[in-house]
Amino acid sequence: MLSPGRYFLSGNVAVAEASLLAGCRFYSGYPITPSSEIMEHMAARMEKEGGVFIQTEDEISAIAAAIGAGMTGTKSMTATSGPGFSLMQENIGYAAMTETPVVIVDVMRGGPSTGQVTIVAQGDVMQARFGSHGDYENIVLSANSVQELIDLTIRAFNLSVMFRNPVILLSDAELARMIEKVEISKDIENVDFNQVKIPDVPEFRPLGRGNKLAITGLTHDERGYPITTDVNVHRTLVTRLVNKIKNNEKMISDVEIINPEAKNIIVSYGISSRAAYPILKKRRDVGLFRPRTLWPFPESKAKDVFEDKNIITVEMNLRGYDLEVERVARKYGSKNFRNIKIIGGEVPTPKHIMEVLEVN
Amino acid sequence: MEFFDFYRKDRWPHQFCPGCGLGTVMNSLYKAFSDLNMDLKNTVFVSGIGCTGRVPGYINGDSVHTTHGRPIAFATGIKLARPDLNVVVISGDGDLFAIGGNHIIHAARRNVDIKVIAVNNATYGLTGGQLAPTTPHNMITTTSPYGNKEHPFALSELVAAAGANYVARWTTAHPNQLVNSIKTALTTPGFTFVEVISQCPVNFGRRNKMGDPVYHLRWIKDHSIPLSKVTFDMKSPFDFMDIDFKGIYTIGEFVKRDRAPYGKTIETENNILRPPKE
Repeated sequence: MLSPGRYFLSGNVAVAEASLLAGCRFYSGYPITPSSEIMEHMAARMEKEGGVFIQTEDEISAIAAAIGAGMTGTKSMTATSGPGFSLMQENIGYAAMTETPVVIVDVMRGGPSTGQVTIVAQGDVMQARFGSHGDYENIVLSANSVQELIDLTIRAFNLSVMFRNPVILLSDAELARMIEKVEISKDIENVDFNQVKIPDVPEFRPLGRGNKLAITGLTHDERGYPITTDVNVHRTLVTRLVNKIKNNEKMISDVEIINPEAKNIIVSYGISSRAAYPILKKRRDVGLFRPRTLWPFPESKAKDVFEDKNIITVEMNLRGYDLEVERVARKYGSKNFRNIKIIGGEVPTPKHIMEVLEVN
Repeated sequence: MEFFDFYRKDRWPHQFCPGCGLGTVMNSLYKAFSDLNMDLKNTVFVSGIGCTGRVPGYINGDSVHTTHGRPIAFATGIKLARPDLNVVVISGDGDLFAIGGNHIIHAARRNVDIKVIAVNNATYGLTGGQLAPTTPHNMITTTSPYGNKEHPFALSELVAAAGANYVARWTTAHPNQLVNSIKTALTTPGFTFVEVISQCPVNFGRRNKMGDPVYHLRWIKDHSIPLSKVTFDMKSPFDFMDIDFKGIYTIGEFVKRDRAPYGKTIETENNILRPPKE
């Protein structure tokens, strides 16, 4: 594992190294651009750390194997991009239903379908939240620098173990290849299974320890026995699965807020948000609201910032986070919304934002 | 372990139809475990979706009922993360060979140390008797009302060709041989595979003039021929692949070999994959 200190790493390598620091000891994956370097790096590094690396036959088995390993109490991860992320959706719902910790890294590229293989996009933001069928909640994190990829990878493992839930880390084609200076801290905090007690999160019991576990994706009672026709069993289970994330939003959410008093608030995340910083330096009437936790939506942090403001969202998709931002901001009296939406691979620049600000 | 201790009794009654072959399969499985003096503490049963997919839920040990077609993929993760466990996959023909076909051939090629029991009833029983990749040519199902236009997979031959260490096919009319093969499968390292031809009188037999389970079972028995009695002509690959209910089921042990199971290439001191702390 990397010893504490300063390094010069690409986003993909940073994710791989950070997962090892976080205690990840199982990686299964299938090659796909632009996430492949995570897998290649894991292939070289994982077995030396005593863990398991396997290249599976497709993304469906990659996530399935990672969930299977998670059930044994091994911190596990898979990484993928666009089409692979789509293939994983059914089993992400299974992990949510069976409350199995697993971390999925999605290095976003242009879609739909095969789309722009090597080009940056942010089109998976809603899929990360709503991709699988039925009611469930994902925890979704988004980084805007290589350093943050490291910090959030470690946090992703901690959150998945704490909440017994799949956690999705969104990277993108640009961050994946970007090489930046990073610092590995001396004191990395790794949460162990059952270390933190959270309301609505049952105790984690691993396979193979004589627990006689019955695990199923069917609606089940506390024993894990399938009961699919009882209204109350389903209601109780699924409400708890949703509430364990929703009601703990305060504990999960993490937002960078700059200049919250400003009249104009830029809401952005990931690589797009980097366009905002030069403007913040120049203009005091512009503030930033940048969630590192996209889902659950950081409503507790939004209240003070969104009160009667001009909201400018900046993202690289045509239908995305702005919908949720608008829903929340309207609650707090904001009426003026403008969305900067750039697709095709062009990363938003300060100029794009300035043009919108000057119209004001 | 006593025979009945294998059942998770608080889940009784089970959901299987009268005349179903899964009772024979379950009993054979427990007999094999019992004969080998294996207990359930170090075993994880994994299944997919379907009638057979429900079997692990009635076993008094760790059971994982996964998504449709993916039990092999989940089992691979469980086995590699905890190599000290026995990982047994028990699932149906549709689950393992239609939606999950990719996983089984790759797990066999990789020779992952998991044990697979595939119950082949030639149909999708749980969903009401639809066409399966194992339904014989011309037979009637709810989605082939004028007869099956396709040709079925020969499961054991497929898995043997993909590289498994042990492959056998028996039927529910051959319980003793089935028990012995399951015992061999459980004790052979690497990917092992036992196919059980089973009857589904309610959703398959009924539409093909075999609604009586006894008749269905006798019919399967009459149409089975041991590999040792197969003549040279019939041993051509073409005959094997053209298997159907109108012809024969070749039964017996297809492959016994000793390829190295999938394993780690590096041994390290901080290996987390050691037996669990008690």
